Amino acid sequence: MAVPQNRVTRSRRDMRRSHDALVAANPNECANCGELKRPHHVCPSCGHYDGREVVARAAEAGLDEDAA
Amino acid sequence: MRHARGYRRLNRTHEHRKALFANLSGSLIEHEQIRTTLPKAKELRPVVEKLITLAKRGDLHARRMAAAQLKVDAQVKKLFDVLGPRYKERAGGYTRVLKAGFRYGDMAPMAVIEFVDRDPDAKGAADRARAAAEEAAEA
Repeated sequence: MAVPQNRVTRSRRDMRRSHDALVAANPNECANCGELKRPHHVCPSCGHYDGREVVARAAEAGLDEDAA
Repeated sequence: MRHARGYRRLNRTHEHRKALFANLSGSLIEHEQIRTTLPKAKELRPVVEKLITLAKRGDLHARRMAAAQLKVDAQVKKLFDVLGPRYKERAGGYTRVLKAGFRYGDMAPMAVIEFVDRDPDAKGAADRARAAAEEAAEA
């Protein structure tokens, strides 16, 4: 079976990892309820988008929880 | 080569995809707003908009072509009686896809797809009617 011929030094290993860093999310405040929400997403806490759309309010869904 | 691969396959065979779109568009016509994964919502949009275009034509041949795509006759009826007249003046763009977070369990990106100018009462109307009927039967 093929195996590495040489050990990778910690310098080379860390240079390989120099582009691996994760980027933090960039949440915004919901214009309606003030909770943090993802940009360009429906607000998960109040169901608003673009200032008017009430999409799916968990409190009212009740019957069709799955369908929400 | 990725020739002739203009659409998402959604990890399904052609028949499976066809059945999926029949079910999804039926649900969307019934409820006017549904929640599904973002790729499915994006693929569903042209499928449903073509059904609306058939409904705007409104003739018998158009109705039969829509019925061949949908599984439930009541949905065909609603499509032609309600949705077709509603979008008579609108030239395309009958649906809206909104991003709605990521699903617990597999982190799938979710979306809400809805008709523009939708009727909010249509969503879950059958469930509410059934619950009311059960309550009436108990009382």
